[in-house]
Amino acid sequence: MNTTLIDIKKLNLFYVNFQALKDVSLTIPNKAITAFIGPSGCGKSTLLRTLNRMNDMIPGTRIEGEILIDGKDIYANEVEVESLRRKVGMVFQQPNPFPKSIYDNVAYGPRLHGITDKKKLDEIVETSLKSAALWNEVKDFLKKSALGLSGGQQQRLCIARAIAVNPDILLMDEATSALDPISTLKIEELAQELKTKYTIVMVTHNMHQAARVSDQTVFFLNGEVVEFAETESLFSNPTDQRTEDYITGRFG
Amino acid sequence: MMTVRKEFDSGLEKLHQLIIEMGNFVENALAESMEALKTTDVERAKAVIAKDPSLNQMEEKITELGSKLIATQQPVAKDLRRILASFKIASDLERMGDLAVDVAKVVLRLDGQELIKPLIDLPRMAEIVQQMTYESIQSFIQENVDLAYKMSKDDDQVDALYGQITRELYSLMMENPRNITQSSLLSFVGRYLERFGDHATNIGESVVYLVTGSRPDLNV
Repeated sequence: MNTTLIDIKKLNLFYVNFQALKDVSLTIPNKAITAFIGPSGCGKSTLLRTLNRMNDMIPGTRIEGEILIDGKDIYANEVEVESLRRKVGMVFQQPNPFPKSIYDNVAYGPRLHGITDKKKLDEIVETSLKSAALWNEVKDFLKKSALGLSGGQQQRLCIARAIAVNPDILLMDEATSALDPISTLKIEELAQELKTKYTIVMVTHNMHQAARVSDQTVFFLNGEVVEFAETESLFSNPTDQRTEDYITGRFG
Repeated sequence: MMTVRKEFDSGLEKLHQLIIEMGNFVENALAESMEALKTTDVERAKAVIAKDPSLNQMEEKITELGSKLIATQQPVAKDLRRILASFKIASDLERMGDLAVDVAKVVLRLDGQELIKPLIDLPRMAEIVQQMTYESIQSFIQENVDLAYKMSKDDDQVDALYGQITRELYSLMMENPRNITQSSLLSFVGRYLERFGDHATNIGESVVYLVTGSRPDLNV
């Protein structure tokens, strides 16, 4: 297994009085795909959102424990959330391109981080779109609105936008659940390529997607980690009966 | 919340039933062919041969149903192992049926001639492998790993008897060359029964795989 990039230690998360995560400890390896699975309300999306502090915006959220990325506590006082989110990009369930041109969508992050040189931006836009396997489909109309793209293309554009700021980690929250099967397969293939450069953590309702795509799988139930294992072994011979019941569709 | 996968579970249940049916079938086929051998009853042997195609059909049904379940239900973990184990067990049972047919064919070649010696060890061997077949299917039904491991011990007994039988038949051949044809036919029967036991042991292995996810070698 690759070296650890994200080290979650005894994490507890409360939404006011409701405890959404209970004593979660996980080590997520570098440059691999880790999938979170589990029934609705099990805490998998909550945990994903703690990794770039998206939960900060929800009033009444309280966190105990530590999350270290590259050895640094991301909840330490001196951490700037903006720079954390540059390092930890995110793709959501619904493709959410800005109502701007394809080019401007991808250039948005780099511009925000102060890059103004046209040539440099052109280069970032091209490599990001290429990495997101979208370049060939859009290279001739970069100035057209991103909203004219298909759902699958929009999602790949969002991936291009996320990687344009050169993050270390890419979080995917149900990133294919709104897409058709062909677009889904494209994104899954893309994830395989992206993991050579980025660490990917994905939440998916589709167990078979976790089985197809990920290297490690974590099964959550009621805010707790039930089982964390190599994907192959978790899906062929889980050690916990609750995992077995869930993945064989007899529970949840 | 527990959910029921009605369609899938009924498919798995059907696979289960087919395996049990095949198990009963081969136990019976072997018993019949051995009876036919003891009494050199050609008609009884022919009946065993005539029935064999329906065993093959059962195996095909298992392959078809199992493939359909894999294609449509995407089984994982134990569900997947159950289907894979069913394929393997069905193929062992089908081969066991063929071996019962091979014994019956020996009866046809004996063509009613009187046996050079009363059969003692071959029926004993047949009894053990029949018992093994029964137990292998029981271990499948109960998912009983201990019973599956017992196959290995039973199989040692079968192998020992087989050695004894061949030695005895060799000495009969040396005594009188006119015994050669029948002796070699009977030693074939010993070989078929020994193979029969190996397949029962394989079924035990499949059961261990189904339950634990790893495949031991019980055939040593």
